[in-house]
Amino acid sequence: MPKDIDAKESGIGAASKRREDIRFLSGTGNYTDDINLNGQAYVHFLRSDVAHGRITSIETAEAAAMPGVLRIFTGADFEGVGSIPCGWQVTDRFGEVMQEPAHPVLAQGKVRHVGDPIAAVVAETAEAARDAAEAIELDIEELPAVVDMKAALAEGAPKVHDDLTSNLCYDWGFVEDNKAAVNAAFEAAAHVTSLELVNNRLVANPMEPRVAVGDFNRATGDSTLYTTSQNPHVIRLLMGAFVLGIPEHKLRVVAPDVGGGFGSKIFHYAEEAFCTFAAKALNRAVKWTSSRSEAFMSDAHGRDHVTKIELALDADNNFTALRTDTLANMGAYLSTFAPSVPTWLHGTLMAGNYKTPLIYVNVKAVFTNTVPVDAYRGAGRPEATFQLERVIDKAALELGVDPIALRRQNFITEFPYATPVAVEYDTGDYVATMDKLEEIADIAGFAARRAESERAGKLRGLGVNCYIEACGIAPSNLVGQLGARAGLYESATVRVNATGGIVVMTGSHSHGQGHETSFPQVIASMIGIDENMVEIEHGDTNNAPMGMGTYGSRSLAVGGSAMVRATEKIIAKAKKIAAHLMEAADADIELKDGQFSVAGTDKSVAWGDVTLAAYVPHNYPLEEIEPGLEETAFYDPSNFTYPSGAYACEVEVDPETGKVSIARFAAADDFGNIVNPMIVDGQVHGGIGQGIGQALLEGCVYDENGQLLSASFMDYAMPRADDVPFYEVDHSCQTPCTHNPLGVKGCGEAGAIGSPPAVVNAVVNALRSAGKDVTHIDMPLSPARVWAAMQG
Amino acid sequence: MTKVTMTVNGKAASGEVEGRTLLVSFLRETLGMTGTHVGCDTSQCGACVVHVDGKAVKSCAMLALEAEGAEVATIEGQAAADGTLNTIQAAFQEHHGLQCGFCTPGMVMSAAALLKDNPKPSEAEIRHYLEGNLCRCTGYHNIVKAIMAASGQDVSAIAAE
Ligand code: FES
Ligand code: FES
Repeated sequence: MPKDIDAKESGIGAASKRREDIRFLSGTGNYTDDINLNGQAYVHFLRSDVAHGRITSIETAEAAAMPGVLRIFTGADFEGVGSIPCGWQVTDRFGEVMQEPAHPVLAQGKVRHVGDPIAAVVAETAEAARDAAEAIELDIEELPAVVDMKAALAEGAPKVHDDLTSNLCYDWGFVEDNKAAVNAAFEAAAHVTSLELVNNRLVANPMEPRVAVGDFNRATGDSTLYTTSQNPHVIRLLMGAFVLGIPEHKLRVVAPDVGGGFGSKIFHYAEEAFCTFAAKALNRAVKWTSSRSEAFMSDAHGRDHVTKIELALDADNNFTALRTDTLANMGAYLSTFAPSVPTWLHGTLMAGNYKTPLIYVNVKAVFTNTVPVDAYRGAGRPEATFQLERVIDKAALELGVDPIALRRQNFITEFPYATPVAVEYDTGDYVATMDKLEEIADIAGFAARRAESERAGKLRGLGVNCYIEACGIAPSNLVGQLGARAGLYESATVRVNATGGIVVMTGSHSHGQGHETSFPQVIASMIGIDENMVEIEHGDTNNAPMGMGTYGSRSLAVGGSAMVRATEKIIAKAKKIAAHLMEAADADIELKDGQFSVAGTDKSVAWGDVTLAAYVPHNYPLEEIEPGLEETAFYDPSNFTYPSGAYACEVEVDPETGKVSIARFAAADDFGNIVNPMIVDGQVHGGIGQGIGQALLEGCVYDENGQLLSASFMDYAMPRADDVPFYEVDHSCQTPCTHNPLGVKGCGEAGAIGSPPAVVNAVVNALRSAGKDVTHIDMPLSPARVWAAMQG
Repeated sequence: MTKVTMTVNGKAASGEVEGRTLLVSFLRETLGMTGTHVGCDTSQCGACVVHVDGKAVKSCAMLALEAEGAEVATIEGQAAADGTLNTIQAAFQEHHGLQCGFCTPGMVMSAAALLKDNPKPSEAEIRHYLEGNLCRCTGYHNIVKAIMAASGQDVSAIAAE
């Protein structure tokens, strides 16, 4: 990291060590499964083991009579209850709204994927609940399942939802008005490169499985849900207003320490609604702890796109047009944000870092008899980046030009830049990040390293790519037009205590991102006090006034901005108090290093004097301002933020086995301003680890009958420590965001977005170095696939 | 139900368990020691690693009854009584070897077992040893670095932290 940043000891820009680590390192974290309430009962869900079927009978009497069983619930118990809602309504290219099926808490009549919950047994112990679930007699008439997206769209295909006209959720065109011009540009092109590819279905697999504990207070009529969520306020809204009909003031949602999310803990899940509902029905706390096997068949999956992309170039190798066709799997139901992922989080990013003037994106979203698919780290943006950066590499191959040079030639270099896909990049410097990448990846030294690998009998390849993402989600008025059914602002309350300590209640949620450390750095810098005087509270709807939560790399850009705005109000009020104490004019008060002083004099009062005066207002302008020092702000961004970067991967391929190992990995990112460089590096490392996982190892596989074949860590290959190298990361290229107060862009998803194409580009490059005519291999690049490509 | 007795972090601990009760359930549910985590049901993630008679063990793969009379060490017993982190814990904090913290207890306990047998492991040895410990957050970079640092090796030349 650059020295000037490294040198800072505290405040914005310092690599402050994380305070939350102390509890996590000593086993005193408070994760949802660590919460046990008095009189708590346990639920076990009986889940479908077929992909598609009609429930002909459920016989529960015998199971209900087993020891410890309190009650068995089935779909019939939820008939008057709402459907699990979808938070985004996409309008298709003909102006029609998407097809939106009902999503019952427990199956009603039909099961639509392996893992669909059918019945729920609540018992005194988890074992008793599980034993009784096994005793339920269930008859399901199995129906033909649709798994493959093309087959699902074929004439006469079995329908996942009988009441919909087909398995097509929507047929989206973007920008529809550009379609003819794009097609004309392809007609006129000097060269067209096309590529068909799959963006493999993934399972987020945060290490903490989901857990929900519902509670009901009969005295007050209040419900409480403890849940593993990235956004407790969103769960309160979705579950309270749409499913269970509990007004917000009667429902508290708490997401305590959460063991990773990566998108999969954004969504409102049936199990949360069940536990809250059952707690009231039984007047007992009800707890559900997912097993990992259950997680594979009930957590929303990610990616799963099948795409054809075409790039048109003129005779000078300038990109003239881009056209893509994608099938996007929705699974059996629409998860919370699912419809937005292949559309607004994907189509709008198709310009990438390049000044392609004409772009048309078509996406058909498809229902299948599989687990619902929704956002996973990057959400839509990795899918956009992967296809774009792969087709550019293929074009470079076909044209016989250097892939880095081809990218550089087509870079956007002037900002702000309005893309042909509806977004405007405020800042960026793609030349600078590529220059930095070439330096830290030592691209110049690649030839020598390749020669060395060859001497050891290995093929070595280099893959480079760029990425752009839209983060800091999102301007509410814009996303409202695009179909979002919520606003995407954030809120913060800054409460200053009499002795000067500060508690910030934020709607952002930390599940690994280190907000408890980085957010205080910001406030402490603004006031000039020790960051240990600031404490963050998050994850409880009873604290922050409202919150949209943490995803889309939005916490600092949106949540942090709300916190800055609230702190600005605090400082403005504190200055008035200081002015009164020093008998000076408000406008003359300066705040520096925690001291208020009167400009041009040696008069000053300390932060603590002012905060004390606010709560002990003996000498206080009571006629002008209220006592106390607490402010709330909501922040709604005016644009997305646009982090960008350039990544390089070097692989070694064993020509005998096809096994790929990552020899080197480098990432040069532009995140705008940085609050805590240590945490930023960690976010990038983790994203790269997941991206390498997607590229080499991970793949969620169904057989043609809809049986989930990769249903545990035995069959779903997670990246392990010896699958990855140390990563060289750099974020010294900083073009600050122009429209938020901190100039920050967000860093949480970059690694996962930027890394898969680098890996695949590198493997293709390695195989071609041995004279193999390979232009693409679908992820994950397992030894078998790479070996087969070498034979072809 | 059968009574089981063992020593956990130096203190006697006992409780009534079923034959099928796992050691991790005994720790978490019977003793209320929730520092040890459960991340899978196929003995593959390592979130549940504790030491039994000095050896790293996946406590989800051992019955509580099998630990009868054993010396069990968990994450809760790693720091000094006044809360001072031990060398490995401190290195994890110093080098940002954890994010969400869910894998962390298992990582720390595995690292302790590794360093006992191999006081100065190479990067490759650490990566190989951690085969049974999954982390979804860190990409392993800072975990490996922290373990190297905890073993007294100079990690300043390793890419940014
Ligand atoms: S809980 Fe995963 S290995 Fe023990
Ligand atoms: S720190 Fe989250 S799984 Fe390792």
